[in-house]
Amino acid sequence: MSNVPADLKYTKSHEWLRTLPDGTIEIGITDHAQHALGDLVFVEAPEAGRSVKAGEPCAVVESVKAASDVYSPVTGEVLAGNPELASEPEIVNTEPYGGGWLMRVRPAAGGATAQLLSPAEYEKLLQEEGD
Amino acid sequence: MAFIPHTCADVEAMLATIGVSSIDTLFEEIPSTLRVKSLAGIPDELNEMEIGRLMSERAREDGRPLCFIGAGAYEHHIPAAVWAITTRGEFYSAYTPYQAEASQGTLQLIYEYQTMMASLTGMQVSNASVYDGASAVAEASLMAVRANRKSKSQRILVPTTVHPHYRKVAVATAGNQGLRFEEVPYSAGEGVIAATALAKYEGEDITAIVIQQPNFFGRLEDVDALTDWAHARGILVIAAVNPTSLALLKPPGSWGTRGADIAVGDGQPLGVPLSSGGPYFGFMTTRMEYVRQMPGRIVGRTVDLNGREGFTLTLQAREQHIRRAKATSNICTNQGLLMTAATIYMSLMGPQGLERTAAASHARTRELVAGLTRLKGVRAAFQGPVFHEAVVLLDRPVTPVLEALASRGILGGLDLAEHYPDLGHALLVCATETKTAADIDSYVAALNEVMQSPPAGDSLADRSVTRSAEGRAA
Repeated sequence: MSNVPADLKYTKSHEWLRTLPDGTIEIGITDHAQHALGDLVFVEAPEAGRSVKAGEPCAVVESVKAASDVYSPVTGEVLAGNPELASEPEIVNTEPYGGGWLMRVRPAAGGATAQLLSPAEYEKLLQEEGD
Repeated sequence: MAFIPHTCADVEAMLATIGVSSIDTLFEEIPSTLRVKSLAGIPDELNEMEIGRLMSERAREDGRPLCFIGAGAYEHHIPAAVWAITTRGEFYSAYTPYQAEASQGTLQLIYEYQTMMASLTGMQVSNASVYDGASAVAEASLMAVRANRKSKSQRILVPTTVHPHYRKVAVATAGNQGLRFEEVPYSAGEGVIAATALAKYEGEDITAIVIQQPNFFGRLEDVDALTDWAHARGILVIAAVNPTSLALLKPPGSWGTRGADIAVGDGQPLGVPLSSGGPYFGFMTTRMEYVRQMPGRIVGRTVDLNGREGFTLTLQAREQHIRRAKATSNICTNQGLLMTAATIYMSLMGPQGLERTAAASHARTRELVAGLTRLKGVRAAFQGPVFHEAVVLLDRPVTPVLEALASRGILGGLDLAEHYPDLGHALLVCATETKTAADIDSYVAALNEVMQSPPAGDSLADRSVTRSAEGRAA
């Protein structure tokens, strides 16, 4: 059973969101997603300053099995991509909700947001998907 | 691993296993309206005896002319061992086998090929080849858009000194994917990229520039200055190079301070016969930091569970069988057989052999140009160094001259009127190591004979006729 922390929001495409004290949003992929992908060998995090739109691909996580897009749950501006992942992509496997964050975004005022799930709703989604 | 088609018994056994009565039943879900019953304009099949006879007759029509045409495909001596080895059953397949790792010998050969191409171009990593030089330029342009993450414009500078076919294929392949190819003119007297023409791009967002070396006119570009100019402005450099020339010229990996970012070219000069225009193969090498943006297959060396050396396809996660529409390319594969021939060619030639081939080709071309430009009515189009091609200007339209030479058994070069009408009566000539001093003398003597007759009509009038004809067509 995947780890689904209670203090985060989730998306149907297996991203998690953490609202930081300054109102910016930290985004990563869930424990379920990292487990499904297997050992990550490469992470292409977005560059600071890039504009992202809710629902659009903004990063790529590549394992030995597949390269998958990560979709931005919010519209806004990228403040940082996680610089550690360039040399140590495996952090996403070991700490998907901590050191393995992918990017921090400042949401645009009045910007669109993808449909977000509560931890309970995300767990239900995982059960439906047969996790 | 043998490549043998299925027998009728094989096919029946497979159908029986899955419980289907016939091939037609297997494909029943394809609506009949979408099935192709017969192909219009395709003649009936010929057996081996008939096709052999037809092809010998066609070949006889060509005769055995002396060929001085280059323009992207070059006649070089191919040691007999190259194709004797390439056509062995173990190698005789067009592509990487689908169960690639079952063919360790094939993968090892591709790995050796990649090592040779990376070394020849001075880059860190090579793919297993692509279709040809033109598609390699198109793929490199798409790759540059992915690799240059600071640039948003998808604008690619393509000087007109780049092969006209490469430019056309790049536009046809990538033009509908949002890339904009912008032509940069050449300097009239020198036949190289006009440095002044680049000034208008100062301060603009440009993704990449394609630099061909030697360029389509055979001339050598100032690749160091161009590369540094591009890099100082965040523009990636795509080098389009002739592999033979790299035995003498500075490899793309050493251009300027940082080296080119992607090197591509047509591999035909490396052991592939002219063969009426193909098939050839394209090569593509890059820096390690861009390897995940490189299209095509890449073979890696690894160890198995018992620590024994083995070869494997690597970085496949970006390929179309996994990434589908989001793959680095959906229109490329490798040219396995031709890449195999090239690997064997390079092995047999070695760095010294390739260098002697390049040096001899350069020397023959200089002799040819010296001989031709001694004739009245013939002069060099550009000043400055060339590799093994050059443009000469005639005092009359080129095509009738080429026809007269052809009737004397000489293919005298390529008429540039179609691609570069502003050059006037320009002829692109090439001589490789296959041409002897006597061959060059024959060409010069034949051209002298053809040029004895005065030019038919006033050349300016001829050109205005061509122009008005074009105007009507437009």
